[in-house]
Amino acid sequence: MTLVAPSFVAVAPGARLTIRTKGPDPRAAGLLADAHALGLSRVTAIDVADVVFFHDALPVEHRTSLEAVLVDPLLQTASWDAPTGGIETELLPGVTDPTAAAVQLAAATVGLPAITVATGKHFSIAGDIEAADHAALARRLLANQVIERWGDAPIDPHFIDADAIADRSVDHVAVRTLDDRELLALSSERGLSLDLAELHAIAAHYRAADREPTDVELETLAQTWSEHCSHKTFRARITTTHGREVTPLLRQLRDSTDTIAAPSVRSAFVGNAGIVSFVPGTTIAVKAETHNHPSAIEPFGGSNTGVGGVIRDVMGTAHHPIAITDILCFGPTDLAPDELPEGVLHPRLIERGVVAGVADYGNKIGLPTVAGAVLYDRGYTANPLVYAGCIGVAREAAELPGPQPGDLVVVMGGRTGRDGLRGATFSSATMDATTGDVAGASVQIGDPIVEKLVIDAMADCLGLYTAVTDCGAGGLSSAVGEMAEGVGADVDVALAPLKYPGLRPWEVWLSEAQERMVFAVPPAQWPHMHAVCARHGVEATALGTFTGDGMLRVRAGDLQVLELDTHFLHDGRPQRSMVAEMPAPPRGAPAPPECADHAATLLALLSHPNIASKERIIRRYDHEILGATLVRPLVGARHDGHADGVVLARPTDLHGMAIGIGVNPWFGLIDAERMAHSVVDEAIRNVVAVGADPSQVALLDNFSWGDPRRHTTLGDLVAAVQGCCDAAEAYAAPFVSGKDSLNNEYLGSDGQRHAVPPTLVITAIAHVPNADATVTPDLKEAGNALVLVGSTAVEFGGSHFGHVHPELRPADWTVPAPDPAAPARYRRLHALIHGGRVRACHDLSEGGLAVALAEMAIAGRLGVAIDTLPHAHLTTALFAESNGRLLCEVAPQHLDEFLTTVGEPAMVLGTVTDDPWMSVPGCTVALDALVAAFTGGSR
Amino acid sequence: MNAPCAVVLAAPGTNRDHDVAFALGLAGAEARIVLLAELVAEPTLLQRAQMLVVAGGFSYADALGAGRMWSLALSHGVGDSLTAFVAGGNPVIGICNGFQVLTGTGLLPGALGHNASGHFQCEWVRLEAPASRCVWTRDLAPVECPIAHGEGRYVHADPAALAAAGQVALRYAGHNPNGSVDDIAGVCDPTGVVLGLMPHPENHVLARQHPRHVRGAVGGLGLALFEQGVRYAHER
Repeated sequence: MTLVAPSFVAVAPGARLTIRTKGPDPRAAGLLADAHALGLSRVTAIDVADVVFFHDALPVEHRTSLEAVLVDPLLQTASWDAPTGGIETELLPGVTDPTAAAVQLAAATVGLPAITVATGKHFSIAGDIEAADHAALARRLLANQVIERWGDAPIDPHFIDADAIADRSVDHVAVRTLDDRELLALSSERGLSLDLAELHAIAAHYRAADREPTDVELETLAQTWSEHCSHKTFRARITTTHGREVTPLLRQLRDSTDTIAAPSVRSAFVGNAGIVSFVPGTTIAVKAETHNHPSAIEPFGGSNTGVGGVIRDVMGTAHHPIAITDILCFGPTDLAPDELPEGVLHPRLIERGVVAGVADYGNKIGLPTVAGAVLYDRGYTANPLVYAGCIGVAREAAELPGPQPGDLVVVMGGRTGRDGLRGATFSSATMDATTGDVAGASVQIGDPIVEKLVIDAMADCLGLYTAVTDCGAGGLSSAVGEMAEGVGADVDVALAPLKYPGLRPWEVWLSEAQERMVFAVPPAQWPHMHAVCARHGVEATALGTFTGDGMLRVRAGDLQVLELDTHFLHDGRPQRSMVAEMPAPPRGAPAPPECADHAATLLALLSHPNIASKERIIRRYDHEILGATLVRPLVGARHDGHADGVVLARPTDLHGMAIGIGVNPWFGLIDAERMAHSVVDEAIRNVVAVGADPSQVALLDNFSWGDPRRHTTLGDLVAAVQGCCDAAEAYAAPFVSGKDSLNNEYLGSDGQRHAVPPTLVITAIAHVPNADATVTPDLKEAGNALVLVGSTAVEFGGSHFGHVHPELRPADWTVPAPDPAAPARYRRLHALIHGGRVRACHDLSEGGLAVALAEMAIAGRLGVAIDTLPHAHLTTALFAESNGRLLCEVAPQHLDEFLTTVGEPAMVLGTVTDDPWMSVPGCTVALDALVAAFTGGSR
Repeated sequence: MNAPCAVVLAAPGTNRDHDVAFALGLAGAEARIVLLAELVAEPTLLQRAQMLVVAGGFSYADALGAGRMWSLALSHGVGDSLTAFVAGGNPVIGICNGFQVLTGTGLLPGALGHNASGHFQCEWVRLEAPASRCVWTRDLAPVECPIAHGEGRYVHADPAALAAAGQVALRYAGHNPNGSVDDIAGVCDPTGVVLGLMPHPENHVLARQHPRHVRGAVGGLGLALFEQGVRYAHER
């Protein structure tokens, strides 16, 4: 079983229509800027046009009616002649192509016979450039060879072969007699990503069964047992290098949730998403996922399907999605082209593609993309990280009973193609310079409209099914395999609706084609469910039945291609044994740094990519749809300040929910345990700051880490989980779901492995009892007092002060310690916010007090006059990043009440002013200068 | 007074149908979301309605250009019923993708091209209604509401003539976000009953939805536009 390219046929004549925008094409300027950033400075202009390729040479009257449909004469010009010169690209046959589908639908609508279509682009390039530059431009900028092919114009188009015949043969793979070396070679050759103990278990299983596995069985086991699907590391038996036995990591997280015993938790670490309920009658499903490897090689498709996938996770808990979150980590976008590792896309292109991919899916599916973060670090150059989250709601209902014997196995949504074969095993492997070339079939492009229709259909299917799950990594093999656990199922893959013919049974079974959900449907309900789907224009097909005998059987018509005991499939994987070398981070009392120019430091921090405005990205996402986003990601007098968290409240609800994010990989590089505690604190601080109740919070953990087989890497992971659990219990904020993405490493051509910084993203979701009593960080009114709550200490480890002053960075700087008083402080502060006693509130994080003050001033376009500082040492007072701190704007008449209620430590630092200055002892800067640094001068 | 019945039309990819149905309900109409396929199967659905809304979203994923496929399907599927509905003087509104669709069917003049920025934008704008024939924007106070589109740059060969004909119904005030000619945010047909606009008044129907609500901002509700449409449908 080898991975074959989609079948296609090349056709010479056919017809083609080149469509140009009248006036400058909006894509052209961006392409030119990208070309220059890639070092192709002699290019002076790139013009772009869309091309529709037709398989047949069409009669003139057909051309005329198609042109009338495809071209708007007010906006576009078109030509049926092929241009000469320039570069053309074409989507590879089999890649999701909604434009081609639309052309076919349009042709049918106007009464033309069925046509075969492909689409592409034509690029004209101007400038003093040679053929070699042409090729470099095509490879590095114009075509992503994972999904496109390119050539000199006019390109010879390829079309999907509509008459391909499937090879239905089944291979048996000899495993029973292989020795260790041969087993490992087998795993490597087939990209199974299995280790020796797992291969031994498989060989033993088949020796007992007295036969060899089929290729489909082997592939199914590899998918189900992949790190991505089975969390080998989080379930592993771990021993430290000092011989200490560590409770398995997932068990630790579950135990902490059990210990907290929060009444809001409905379901934690089971199924597709965590489920909580803050208000009687309504449950909330919440989940975050990573899509790192796919985003590295095809940024648009990777992030696009990452969003689509996490939405389906929420749909897989029978909840209706209402919002999306995204946290993105990129290399420096101004990286010099010669510093780019071999085979790696430039961070600028990755950022552009990832943001476009998130925007495309979220905007089109009609969900607000509300909360997030964007981080930049050299450690993400070869391994960008893309976290996507989704929140859904449902009426509180009895839990679904699960598949019953006799229920139908129903697949709903998109059709199956060769998209994304082996995504789960791919995402569990290390990347290298060739990854982009060999992993093409592992990346998919989403179709958000199809998923939108599935959401709509599911809203009308409540009560008609006994179980549901999404088709994610591993495709049907994972979805049906999970649902069939203990029950068994018999499935005929020949019944699955296909995008194009010619798929082999294993391809259908393992395809990661997007936008598919699998249901268990009692036969009596099936006609009704089918009719609902038809009304919404959604395809739904019964592929088989849940049997009750505990066996998973897959057929292609009469030919059986898989027979596996679901107990072996799910419980047969040997527990992994791993070794952790625990870190010994600096925890002493270092001397504070002496900084010469505090004002210049503040401006450098405000313009640092991690702190500066993200407006250019945030505005690419629709955060207004559904009318529920009350605290938006951008707030303030001119809508250009960053909110701490966001608040969502349906127009008919008085209450709402807040979402906050905590992430700080720079802490993690020094002290993973304190990093974990700090980012939990940050996520909770962020929801408290906008008006959420800290006693009603649930958390998600998402780890992106290096290879855990390295003892120190695993040691950091163990320490981080310890920090998570300690923090969760301290704040009584239970973890309800999580996901780990390990092996985020790049094997450079220098032979060195480059791991991402330990990146733990905490998502907090919290109850907002009164959606009319939300608070934002922008300063509101001159004359109000500015009060700092929380303690400030000499804590600079991993700080952004250290980023802008690397020359002052000693090795013994400590990461901010947990603040045991923070949980009670947040509860008291919440009572004050709920009571309307706080006009503005902002948490202190990257850049410390000085940056927080500046951000509040910028967002409110008001000045501040500070006369008291929270630490005797000026640099510490201004830039230390101690946990547990918030800055509050309080009206004079409420100040005494505020101070009495919030308790110690709280300090009145000064007042809000009408003066356009941030006036702080040792650090006075004009408001205009702050705005210019923060926005990069764009305002 | 009986609430006028408003059909909110949704194609595959329409996603602000529920938002606008909620706004219409607040404005006093009885809104019903109808899928395009349902209307094609039963065009008489329109005969029982007094208002028609072509809702926003990404119909057919914006393939071939925003609104192109939907306007094609509408013209070929229910073109006659639609023409009859408009000829009957019933108020029709197309919002965002709905505006793009109505220009595609020829019911509204001009076209919507890619934003000058070259990409999707989500931000709040201020709209003012000049004196025009439009029944939806008569005496309308300035409205503040979001835009959320990538293809909202209004293009027309002779905007001065359009204004002279009383068909410029809404203009961006202060800041033109997408490069629309003559700051045009919305236009009506020659009779004034059909309005198309890019911004989303349906997302500002409650005071707390204003982004500066926490800073004391009041007024500018988009709800007023729907109330005016409902009033017209009721009184005519």
